[in-house]
Amino acid sequence: MSVKLPMFEKTAPENVQNSQLRRNLGKVTGAIRVKRARVVDEMPDWEALRDAGYALKTKVLRNLDTYLLELEASVTRVGGKVHWAQTAEEANKIVTDLVKGHGATEVIKVKSMTTEETRLNDALAASGIKAIETDLAELIIKLANEESSHILVPAIHKNRSEIRELFIRTLGEPDLTDEPADLAGAARRYLRKKFLTVPVGISGANFAVAETGTIAVVESEGNGRMCTTLPKVLITMMGIEKIIPTWQDFEVFMQTLPRSSTAERMNPYNSFWTGVHEADGPQEFHLVLVDNGRTEVLKDEIGRQTLNCIRCSACLNVCPVYERTGGHAYHSVYPGPIGAILTPQLKGIENASSLPYASSLCGACYEVCPVKINIPEVLVHLRGRAVTHKKEHGSFQDKLNPEFIGMQASAKVFANQSRYESAQKMARMGQGIVVKNGYINSLPGYLSGWTAMRDMKALPKESFRDWWRKREGKK
Amino acid sequence: MSKENMLATIRAALKDVPEAETPEDTPVPREYLTSLETSLEDRLELFTERTEDYKVVVQRINQNDIVSRIAACLQARTAKTIVIPIDFPDNWLPEGFSFIKDENLSHQQLDESDGVITGCEVAVAQTGSIALAAGKYQGRRAISLLPDYHLCLVFAEQVVDLVPEAFKKLEPSVQNCKPITFISGPSATSDIELNRVEGVHGPRTLEVLLIE
Amino acid sequence: MKVSLFLTCYHDTLFPEALKATVTVLERLGHTVDVPMQQTCCGQMHFNTGYQIECMPLLDNMLAAFDSAEVVVSPSASCVGMMREYYPYLAEQHGNHEQAQRVESLNAKTFELSEFLVNKLGIEDVGAYYPHRVTFHPTCHSTRMLKIGDAPLKLLRKVRGIDLVELGAKEECCGFGGTFSIKNADTSMAMLSSKIKNIMNTGAEICTAADTSCLMHIGGGLHRLRTGIKTLHLAEILASTEEHAHVS
Repeated sequence: MSVKLPMFEKTAPENVQNSQLRRNLGKVTGAIRVKRARVVDEMPDWEALRDAGYALKTKVLRNLDTYLLELEASVTRVGGKVHWAQTAEEANKIVTDLVKGHGATEVIKVKSMTTEETRLNDALAASGIKAIETDLAELIIKLANEESSHILVPAIHKNRSEIRELFIRTLGEPDLTDEPADLAGAARRYLRKKFLTVPVGISGANFAVAETGTIAVVESEGNGRMCTTLPKVLITMMGIEKIIPTWQDFEVFMQTLPRSSTAERMNPYNSFWTGVHEADGPQEFHLVLVDNGRTEVLKDEIGRQTLNCIRCSACLNVCPVYERTGGHAYHSVYPGPIGAILTPQLKGIENASSLPYASSLCGACYEVCPVKINIPEVLVHLRGRAVTHKKEHGSFQDKLNPEFIGMQASAKVFANQSRYESAQKMARMGQGIVVKNGYINSLPGYLSGWTAMRDMKALPKESFRDWWRKREGKK
Repeated sequence: MSKENMLATIRAALKDVPEAETPEDTPVPREYLTSLETSLEDRLELFTERTEDYKVVVQRINQNDIVSRIAACLQARTAKTIVIPIDFPDNWLPEGFSFIKDENLSHQQLDESDGVITGCEVAVAQTGSIALAAGKYQGRRAISLLPDYHLCLVFAEQVVDLVPEAFKKLEPSVQNCKPITFISGPSATSDIELNRVEGVHGPRTLEVLLIE
Repeated sequence: MKVSLFLTCYHDTLFPEALKATVTVLERLGHTVDVPMQQTCCGQMHFNTGYQIECMPLLDNMLAAFDSAEVVVSPSASCVGMMREYYPYLAEQHGNHEQAQRVESLNAKTFELSEFLVNKLGIEDVGAYYPHRVTFHPTCHSTRMLKIGDAPLKLLRKVRGIDLVELGAKEECCGFGGTFSIKNADTSMAMLSSKIKNIMNTGAEICTAADTSCLMHIGGGLHRLRTGIKTLHLAEILASTEEHAHVS
């Protein structure tokens, strides 16, 4: 069962105060924004690609049952075996049993958000199976014993000198410099033997083609190629929304994904495999289709578009909130704007009710989203669901909250002209005690967050409508 | 059991979608570019420029110079043991190197070699990408993965302008269940400060001979 | 043209000067201004905080207030944004077909001020004079939601005497976000501090925008820090002339 996540607004401040984190994130997100803009601007048909991506995802989601069955038939036809898992536990059990069935005690893994989400590594460990993460950032996180803070670059919160220090300490490489190429070299040496010997590979999927049964993994380092090519057995775990209808549809997503994620025209490696290939790569292939809350997202007509997500992380990189708080403040494998809408839907709004509020609704995320998820719209929609939940199931304390009372009361006042005008007068009279030199620099209670760091201009002596009435009277 | 449950949950979640609706009822606007009118020269020039952006050395050569250029490339790297796909033409192989045909070489043998030479199925000018599809002179996936040096032969007529054209050209390979790998530059990572640096697990050096 | 003014509750109550300036500009251009007194609040704050059902009476009230209007203009981009972007959502989620239709016709005739002047009327020079160093902050709702583009800048460039300076990282959110600035005050302030740094780097005396709400937030920070830089709504700059100079 899902557990209640800590409140974003309670944990964000300590991250906002972390100077190293702020500097690392500010530098990195600033640079990637410029780079992304450059590679997007050189595409005259960018908006058309976004439109096509949105339409393709909509098409899949509205016909998801049909497409899943088509995918199953295709994968089976080309020699793969398809498994269905409703929950994380079920998915993990399927994978664990497969690994145990081959007598393996180690598996090599390509970075996969879905297996992060299901906490597959913990499940494998419980059965005595060691999962070796082969993505550089995942390796860094694992060695540092930390949680991921970014979808694409889990160790984005760490700078090169922190990584050097970590590698010297954990990989026994005393002579490392902080040159990224040198650090990458250390990872190459560390993992090469594993690639050559471990019999089972585990991957996620960026896309799965219903028509042909082809699975795609998009990556940079070559660890994805290693894990999907060298082991005897390959197990791929994917969320049910990752389907695209036909092979040709890659012409859309293979243009938008690289430019949106790493700001490259094309990332170094894309692997596409179609079942089991004779004398080339794994001779046994399993595809595990995971729901784990996705059908809850599908159910909400507004929220459904969240499943368009291709995990590019462009929304994280442009988000001014994410830039200041970092990913850990979101307490979820999916941080940033997409996490703020996905997590509450996957885990239940009651368990992550603060996340939809972790946004100033500036809309930068929507502007860059390659599959046109209207994130601000879903955010306000989920805020609506959070309030409805509070009204229906909230505790007594929830209902004594000044915002909860104030919002409902003020809406009643504002709905009517005469009540609204009386309230204007009362506010003017009531502010007397807090105004100094035309400014208010300390407000009580709920509003104190405002004046903690900003002054507030006092209410003028006369509202516009009073002035207007006088002016019209003189005519 | 889970399958039936999942499908039933999905159908229930989609209750707003009319029963009779099919995938064809959702139109997909495809207003993006699927071809360009360029000259061969412009296309090759763009391919060269975009591939070089990934720090790949691209040499434009004449068909008659294949042997001598391969020799020069290998010499420059002091590469001795070179893996080649089983169908690689003998008359393209220069003297003085040890070429091993991939007759089911072990991963260990591939790892110990100094490099690999392959052809490709299609190349994309727009993105500086090369696609291998287990076709002619391409071999299986592992041979272009484990050696640290990859020399790729690209024929001028294999280069297309745009990504959509490449996927179209690869359609028969997919229908024949061939594995496909897009390669855009050498192995790299963006995991340290989101900055692309070359050289992690795949070949750390990629060179291209563009043959006219 | 008879222009009905959409006041917005916080302009009416807290910042009447921006509205008076809007009246000045519209009348100077020969339009008749009308103020439907029935209007109160568009419900943006309630809506953005999740109180959606509570917005329905407000929506009905706004529809009634402007039913007979020929054209509706407001100096608040975010309130116009609320109407354009989320009234259709509210009508669909919590209302009925009739409300949806009335929302559609309201939106067809409602404009943010600079959008109205530049895009609808095709006017860039409104005869303003403002001899000060000014920087312009394109607010998120004006650019990303209403997509008014550089309409405000077109107007500002034609102001005589103005020394218009470009704001660094101008498209970045100032951190206001309505109740976000209260709920997530620390994060909001961290965003504001970057905005303030960029404003100070311009050496401007005045920071202007098409949204008073963001200016209230930015101005509140600038005042607390005693930077001496003031905020002023775009309309107030446009209303200023040689004869009636704006004194801040």
